[in-house]
This record gives sequence, structure tokens and C-alpha cells, in this order.
Amino acid sequence: MCGWIRVSNLINPGPGRRAWLRFRRNRMGFFSLVAFCILVGLSLVAELLSNDRPVVVVYQGKTYWPMVRDYPETTFGGDFATPTDYLDPFIRQKLAEPGNWALFAPNAYGPKTLNYFARMPNPAPPGADNWLGTDDRGRDLLAQLIYGFRVSVLFALALTLTGVGLGVLTGAVQGFFGGKTDLAFQRFIEVWSAMPELYLLIIFSAVFAPSISLLLVLLSLFGWMGLSDYVRAEFLRNRQMDYVRAARALGVSNWKIITRHVLPNSLTPIVTFLPFRMSGAILALTSLDFLGLGVPPGTPSLGELLSQGKNNIDAWWISLSAFGILVVTLLLLTLMGDALRDALDPRKAHE
Amino acid sequence: MSLLDVRALSVSFGAEEVVHSVSFRIAMGEKLALVGESGSGKTVTALSLLGLAQGARATGQALWAGPSDGAVADLLSMGDKQLQALRGQDIAMVFQEPMTALNPVFTIGEQIAEVLQLKMGLDRIQAWQGAIQLIADTGISEPERRAGSFPHQLSGGQRQRAMIAMALACKPRLLLADEPTTALDVTVRQQILDLLSDLQTRYGMAVLLITHDLNLVRRFADRVAVMERGTVVEQGGVQEVFDAPAHPYTRRLIASRPVRDIVPASTGRSVLTARELGVRYPVPRPGWRGWFSDGFFVALRDASFELTAGQTLGVVGESGSGKSTLALAALGLVRSGGTLEISGKRWGQGVQSDLAMRKELQVVFQDPFSSLSPRMTVLEIVGEGLVVHSPELPTAQRVLQVQAALAEVGLEESQFPGLLQRYPHQFSGGQRQRIAIARALIVKPALLVLDEPTSALDVTMAQQILRLLQGLQKSHGLSYLLITHDVEVVQAMAHRVIVMKDGEIVESGATETVFAAPTHEYTRALLAAAQ
Repeated sequence: MCGWIRVSNLINPGPGRRAWLRFRRNRMGFFSLVAFCILVGLSLVAELLSNDRPVVVVYQGKTYWPMVRDYPETTFGGDFATPTDYLDPFIRQKLAEPGNWALFAPNAYGPKTLNYFARMPNPAPPGADNWLGTDDRGRDLLAQLIYGFRVSVLFALALTLTGVGLGVLTGAVQGFFGGKTDLAFQRFIEVWSAMPELYLLIIFSAVFAPSISLLLVLLSLFGWMGLSDYVRAEFLRNRQMDYVRAARALGVSNWKIITRHVLPNSLTPIVTFLPFRMSGAILALTSLDFLGLGVPPGTPSLGELLSQGKNNIDAWWISLSAFGILVVTLLLLTLMGDALRDALDPRKAHE
Repeated sequence: MSLLDVRALSVSFGAEEVVHSVSFRIAMGEKLALVGESGSGKTVTALSLLGLAQGARATGQALWAGPSDGAVADLLSMGDKQLQALRGQDIAMVFQEPMTALNPVFTIGEQIAEVLQLKMGLDRIQAWQGAIQLIADTGISEPERRAGSFPHQLSGGQRQRAMIAMALACKPRLLLADEPTTALDVTVRQQILDLLSDLQTRYGMAVLLITHDLNLVRRFADRVAVMERGTVVEQGGVQEVFDAPAHPYTRRLIASRPVRDIVPASTGRSVLTARELGVRYPVPRPGWRGWFSDGFFVALRDASFELTAGQTLGVVGESGSGKSTLALAALGLVRSGGTLEISGKRWGQGVQSDLAMRKELQVVFQDPFSSLSPRMTVLEIVGEGLVVHSPELPTAQRVLQVQAALAEVGLEESQFPGLLQRYPHQFSGGQRQRIAIARALIVKPALLVLDEPTSALDVTMAQQILRLLQGLQKSHGLSYLLITHDVEVVQAMAHRVIVMKDGEIVESGATETVFAAPTHEYTRALLAAAQ
């Protein structure tokens, strides 16, 4: 301890900062975090990476921005006033004329683009046209993966956030006030957790038009209970610490005690569980999609790809690539979670 | 001839050496005490002898005399198997906290019988009989019934007796006792010590007592070794060392008894008045009745006392006597019956009035590690009172006041660069306690409730804190409600004292009178234990 104080005379890291330094020291976990952030960052600009519309077109001296605006085919010398299909060989030919040019995204397919001009029957194996092949409807697999990954991650983030929000709120109220409040809430949670989640999803997907937001609401309704228990336990422990008593003796209000004293000291299980909750949410969405209860048809989704892979067992590229991206995502999240757990381990906090 | 001869023992964790070349010997049937403050390496020294210090690397020699004459083995170079055979059999240990050292899912009889079966090879019935005999030896009444009790059904003293019974199961030749009485009440400590002395002569074993408590050493040990920062600075017979300490550290330790240096007792306006104060907690009643109504546990009954301005009222008693409940009731943190007035006002007269009262009285808790939030900086911790009570104060002004409060408790920016932005983990126990005092002082209270302010601190640190508190009382005219189990602290600090037992005040009066001529039997026992 004495040595510590002497060393830390100049630098003054708080507990959060020290946890971050410990996390940094775990190279596997830190690498996973960086890799995951890069993947998410790339998927957020998926429109620039994989799109059936060019970023910019210069046609007969005029500049067009197809990615943000629709242009009828007549603009580029077509016959009909329909939105332009930039993959059409005729349009391609027009754009390739001298003086004209177009800047396409690296992968020239969007998530819903059907490759009408494929040389192979669907599902087509990987090749020059479609780097990872197409699925059984002729959509580009790479585009499906990129957009499916984005949907999964964003959905998981949203689900984690709502789960954490609800879980912390209910856990904090139960743990801090204890007694009858706690008792009533615990019984409510027992009743609530006894509801068959999957049946409710099936019923709701039959009654309402399936949508991502409906799915989010339904899963959020059940996703907060696990975390709530942990937060409750932390609050029960921390609320009787002497520093909380001292704050009460000073006359600090309940709300301030919760937010300034108890919550910051109860964050460890919340933060530790974040990556695991994320991976859980991704898996939940994937399995619901696999069963056909998830996102509406047409939305790019990893679960739907898996089910296609099951139906077209000979089209190995579908199942293998969907499986691959899932493994990578879940592995990165798990490694991150492990490193985070080690970094926040109170037994290592004094090292 | 010596039973254990430790020569140049060094223990290191990783690159850091915590015990530096320690040497001592224990003769057969001798009582050696290893004394030092926390962090002096005394426990690590003992644990590494048995290969029980995890992750530690021990070098040197620890020569252990075998049962036959002349056979000597080095404990430090023994293999795991050999050491395991030795542990419990020849060398046994008693730990500080019997509640955690005993397995909660087995009865104490089963746990002792297990040792007998394992180490002595007795069959089940013999082992059970042996266990009962051992329990009887350690002075637990009704040994046959108690053998079937689980650890949580016993009192702290009984648990420690059961631990000792277990350690003595194989008639070891050396008993390592690591702070065996620290977790116990003062009056029980004496009994456990007497028991250990008695058993030591009866079994003819040697005892290595590890402790920070000099009183214990004086009463128990034959010889003493004083440790400071991993080295033995002095060793010798107890009498010689205590009469003529050679090393300055030993002198400091021996001199570190609390000194009475307080303002004379006087009468003034009353700061705290309690009349028939009572606190009861609801506890579930057994059986179906518990479904409909709660039973009650009375933690404090009919307490009446008065504390005048600038004076200290000491509250002594052992754990469970209701003294901490009394502190919480005074602070208005538990609901109480009877009347309690702080400078003429009562709790529960509205939010504004309560808030104003909170400015009048503040608290300092026992454990400096749990009384400061680990995720707040010193500025946030100390400044919180100002945020609550003078929210209109500009930040710069608040920082100045925080600095002033910290300076008053002896923490200055010059000693600790970046003091205000530091976190509690960067301070030692005594420094943390100073921060806790600064947090209480910043709202300029008239009354401080001190709940065992020095119990968690080392002796020398505790004296500094007591001196600081005495000084603050003189300069600010503060009143203290001092809760403690330590008679010495009360004698040094308090003008008046109340003695509590089982939730009731059994004796009260001026400190000198009460301790000079105690009328209640319990007060006498407390005093005797503290001599």
C-alpha cells in the first residue's frame, strides 16, 4: 500500500481508469474490442461498401448522386421512367461510354438486390460476380452478411440498452428500498418470468405485422429480469455500507444516494455482463429469425440465412459464411466479456 | 532443546520480499508471542512455516525437532505430502475468525471427529467420543448436546473454543494461534486466553501466538518477538522486553496507550438529551403466527442520558449490547421510542428541520475502508456536506473550505500532491479515518458521534487519531458521543460514561467515579479484562 502511494503521487487514476488499464493489459480482450468496433464501424457505413447504386455518376457532362436520389432510367438513355437498375448491362454499357463514368461501391449489390443477370442458377456459388455467391433468391450473400450483421448488432445494442435500463431501475428500487417494496417486486418478477416467452412471440407475430420494433419491445419485456437480480443484490449489499450511512447522516437525499453513492459502486456486474448480454441478444434474434418468428421477410438477417443454408444443404457457401460471421461475432464478444470480467474483478483491484 | 528453530526466514511474493531474514526459536512447551502491527509480516511468517501462504516463496531454514531425539527436519524444504502429514498432527492452527474457519454445514462434533478419524485413525464411534471429550476439555458446557450444534448456533467464544478443540484433536506439539481473540468480546478474550494457558500446560505443547495486542502478550507469553516491516527488531523474555525495551519501535508500541488529555469536565447547555430512548427491530416470528404479525427484538431499552456542550460521553459495552443502535438512534437513522432532543430539537419534525439537525450532528464510523465510497474523490467525499447544506456556495469557495477541513485533520496538499483528486484507496487506514473526520467536520457540527473510531486501526495510528480528536474538541468545543468496546479509549477520552449490556444501561456516571468504584458486576469484568 505504501509503495502504491509513493508511485501514484504523480498519476492519479481513479477506480474506473485503473479497470480500463487492466483491461488494456489483456491483449486478447483489447484486440477483440478493437476488432469488434472496426466491424461495427464498417457495417454502419455499409451503404458505401455494398450497394447496387453507384456513389456518383457523371453522364453526358452532368453529375448524379444515385445513392441519395432516385433517377428514372430515361435519364441514362433507357426507355421507361422506372427507377434505374444500375446492374442492367444496358445501363452499364451506357455508363461506360466515353466521357461517362460511375463510381460503384466495392460490392455492387444492396441487401435486397436480386442478381437478374447471374450466369449460374440460384443459389449461385462464389465467383467473380458475387464474391460469396448468392442465396436461393439470387441476392448477393456478402451484402446479406454485411447488412444482416448490422441489423443483429444494432438490435442487440438496443435490446441490451433497454434491458440494462429496466434492469438497473427495478433492481435499484428493490435493493435500495428493500422490505415490502422488494417483496412485492420479487413476486411480480416470479410471475412475469413464468410467462412463456416463445408462445407470446408466436401469438404476437400472428396478430400483428412482424417488425423489428415489435420484436424489440417483446424481447425487452422479458430481458431485464436477469440483470435486475444482480443489481438488486449489489444494492442490498451496498446500501448498508458505512459510506451510505454517512451520506444519510449528512442529509443527502435518497435519489442522490442512489445515483452518487450506491450506483457507481454497483456497476461491476452491469458492465461485466454487457458483452454477454449482447451476444445473448444476437443469438436470440438469430434463432427467432431461423424459426421465422423474427424480423419481417426481406430484412437481411443471419438467422434467415442459416435457415436457407439448412434448406439448401448443398449450397455450402450460405451456411458456412453465415455460421462464420456468427462465430466471429460471438467469439469477439465473449473474449471481450472475459477480459472485462477480469479487469473488474475486485480481487484484482488492488494489484 | 528447541522444538522449532527458524533461521533467516525470508518470504517473498513475486519480486517483493515481505519478510526479511527472520530468526527465532521456540522451545518445547514454550509460549512465544509474535507481535506487530498489520502488514508487519507476522501472519505470513507463521503461514509460510506450514506452506500455507499462497503464492509465497520462502527461503531459509525452519528446523523442526522430530519425535525421536536428534531427528531434525527442515519444514521449508519438505514436500507437500510430508507437510500435510505434519499439519494438524504435530502443528495445529487456530484462526482469528472462527465463523469462517469452521464449516457451516457440519456440526462441530462432526468436524472434530473427522480430524480424529483422519489423523488418529479412530473409528466413528471412538472419534465421536473423542470429540465430546475434547469439547468438554475446552470448557463448553453440555458437551454432548453442543457436539451436535452447527457453528451458527454457538456464540463467538464457544466457536473459538470449538476451533481450539479441533486444533488440539491430535495433541499437537506446537499450536499456531493467529489473533485468536481479536474477533471476540473483551470479557470473553480473557476466558479464551486462560483456556489456552491451561491446555498448554496440560498438553505440554508450545504455542506461537500471533497478535497485535500487547496486553495479551504480557499476560500470556513467556517470550516475545517484535516485528516491524518484515523484520524482527527485538526479542527476549516478556518481562525484560516490557521493562526495558531496547528498540525504538518496541518503545513506541509499549508507549502507545491512549493518554488522557482533555478539557476539564464542566456543565453547560445540553447538546443531546435522551429520555427512555428505546429501539426495537421487527423479527419474523416462528410458525404460522409469523405470517400475520412480527415479533420484536428489543435492541435498546429505556436509555436516558445527557451530553453537554464540549464534553464527551463514552458508551462502553460488547457487541450486541445495543451501543451501535444507540448511535444510529441518536443520528435519527433508525426509528426510536422515547424522547431524544438534539440542541432542543427532535427528529421527524419535517424535512427542513431534519436537514438543519443533520448539520448539528455528524458521525465517524469504525471501518475506514467501508465508510468512504471507493469511487469518489476526496474533494467529492469531503465536499458533499457543503453541497447538501450550502448549495449556494460557489465551487471555488467550496474547494477552499474542503482544503481547510482537511488541513484541520492534518492532511495537506504539500504532503499529498493532488490530494483533492485522489481516491480513498490511495490512503492508509489512519489517513482514511482523517478524511472521514474531515467529512463530518465540514458542516461545523456541534456533536460528533464516534462509532468505534479507532478499533480498526493499528495501535500507533489509533493514538494519533485519539490525539487529533482531543485537539479538535479543545479548539472547536465539540461534543462527542463515543461508542467503543475499549475501556482504555473511554478512560482517555470521556468525561462521563455509560456501560451497556443487553440493550440496557447498567451503570453510568463520571468516568473517574465509575471506573474507580464500579458498582455493577459487568463493569468490573470489563475493567478486569482491560488491565
